[in-house]
Amino acid sequence: VSHSTVPRSRSEAKTRKKTPGEDSPGGAAAKAAGKRAGKRAGKLSFRIRFRRDRTLILMTLPAIALILVFNYIPVLGNVVAFQDYDPYLSDNGFVAMFESPWVGFENFQRIFEDSAFWHALQNTFVLFSLQLVLYFPIPILLALLINSVVRPRVRAVAQAIMYLPHFFSWVLVVTVFQQIFGGAGIIAQTLRQHGHKGIDLMTDPGIFKFLVTAEGVWKDAGWGIIVFLAALSSVSNDLYEAAAMDGAGRWRRMWHITLPALRPVIALLLVLRVGDALTVGFEQLLLQRDSVGPGASDVLDTYVWWNGIRNQDFGYAAAAGLIKGIVGLGLVLTANKVAHLMGEQGVYKK
Amino acid sequence: MTAVIDQPANKPADKPSRWAAPPRPPWEEEPSKPGLAGKGLALTLAAFAILFPLWIVIVTSLQSRKTIDAAGGLVVIPKSITFVAYKELLTGGQVQRAAMVSLGVTLIGTLFSMAVSVLCAYGLSRVGSTGHRWFLMLLLATMFFGAGLIPTYLLVQGLGLTDTYLALILPSAVSVFNILVLRSFFMGISPELIDSARIDGAGDWRILWKIVMPLSRAVLAVISLFYAVGYWSAWFNASIYLTDQDMMPLQNVMIQLVQKQERPVGLATQINTGQLSPLAIQMAVMVMALLPVAILSPFVQRHFKKGMLTGAVKG
Repeated sequence: VSHSTVPRSRSEAKTRKKTPGEDSPGGAAAKAAGKRAGKRAGKLSFRIRFRRDRTLILMTLPAIALILVFNYIPVLGNVVAFQDYDPYLSDNGFVAMFESPWVGFENFQRIFEDSAFWHALQNTFVLFSLQLVLYFPIPILLALLINSVVRPRVRAVAQAIMYLPHFFSWVLVVTVFQQIFGGAGIIAQTLRQHGHKGIDLMTDPGIFKFLVTAEGVWKDAGWGIIVFLAALSSVSNDLYEAAAMDGAGRWRRMWHITLPALRPVIALLLVLRVGDALTVGFEQLLLQRDSVGPGASDVLDTYVWWNGIRNQDFGYAAAAGLIKGIVGLGLVLTANKVAHLMGEQGVYKK
Repeated sequence: MTAVIDQPANKPADKPSRWAAPPRPPWEEEPSKPGLAGKGLALTLAAFAILFPLWIVIVTSLQSRKTIDAAGGLVVIPKSITFVAYKELLTGGQVQRAAMVSLGVTLIGTLFSMAVSVLCAYGLSRVGSTGHRWFLMLLLATMFFGAGLIPTYLLVQGLGLTDTYLALILPSAVSVFNILVLRSFFMGISPELIDSARIDGAGDWRILWKIVMPLSRAVLAVISLFYAVGYWSAWFNASIYLTDQDMMPLQNVMIQLVQKQERPVGLATQINTGQLSPLAIQMAVMVMALLPVAILSPFVQRHFKKGMLTGAVKG
């Protein structure tokens, strides 16, 4: 038998005494316990601990191997950003990067001189801002609405309907929107039947940014309410009762109890969103790039795709991707810093 | 959420209809008529915005050519129902093959992802085990950077995965977020149970299989759904790693047939003889893509919250 009865730590039992619903497995207590565990375990030699835990380590390895191969090794591949990379220098495209000539920052120079790059960057920020202003508040409002529904069945049915589009693929969402707003969609069809000219809102570059935001709302705003509902269900009813006793009406209870209860969740989601600001819907935009044109639809991610995968200019595209990666990392760290300064927890703890 | 749905605050002894409102606490005001009406209206509008487009798609897929031509395209109110479009799609050709590909990739991919993720989550769930901190850091760090499209593409090419179905499974096989959710759930299982099994001589494999997994059915269902939906919905990897059109999954075929309005390959007979509207075929392809997820997701709905633990990020 490969297991052993050497206890991992006395505190293991304590740490594991948590209910599944508890949303902070890495709470302060658990962390302290973990530290103690480390110290206690440190008294045993590594060989004994390894023998004791070898089954656990073995179980962890397949996932770790996949993550090393597909998340860590490609990071090294970013060296092609500093090369005049030529995939045909070797039989193997990945090996070819060891033989391609180095060109320093030439790729980056070319990117900064390309007006299409700046345009893609501008589109990225416009879409991000629109999504933040028009999309972000909707799940909060929907959660408040659902939370005020007291009939259990009505509530379950409403939730089932609202969660549904989240599980649809982007291809499906875009084609569904096509059936409503497209040139052969139901709106254009109805207009034509009444003697008007049909409209095609799917290919209009001017309103494309609103279309993209609307698609995002349709697909994911309903799903977004889950975290808010969880926060709302953890508010004690006693608070509402006490406030009502003190004469607070419906709206004042919402303002003074419900909204403060949502504050940490809102802050966390804002931090996550701002940290991920440069990602504004890659698949969604790529799908509609042909119909609306690159001018309106190109963002950083699709710019990388176009130059790398389509034009096979790998070094150049990798450089653009690297710019996005580095700025993105900076945004994550900054957003967390701001959250900490505001007294919120952010994604990771200080 | 589940608690709220399952047990209304003051549950009376005789079970009332779950459609009925539970009794109002004495301190709460009666809702105003306009307030109730407004709420009902808002809910109806939201449901309409989601369901109406799906309704049009489903109804049109079930219409004959005559009805579709009479309506001038999409049909809102069904006249009669015919399954001719589905029959045509399922008698072979491009769409049937693509659906089988999607089904296969989804089933095998989900099984593989679940096996790898559950093992990893269990391996990391015994706090204080050797190396567990290091492995956890390795996982968490991936949430702060992405390798980038180009290097990943070159790697998948370098590994020789292009034009194989492995390219649709391996690069996206593990989600760190899902592992962390599973792990935090496994950590919540009563340690007494696990310790007593260990004393009885059960090893980690047996504990995982006989105790941890049966106790985690809800979260396993949610995470399986997440993985399955991911595989079913994916089209991008197929578009860059597969060149053979015959290997394409359903989503990619849907892009060609519905979004780009190309003619389907290998089933033109009915369309050519004029019995079947190309529009009905397009809508039927969309229904095939949406039906599996629309049927599966409500079953797992009660447990969604377990798969969305915000705390999971903090490890």
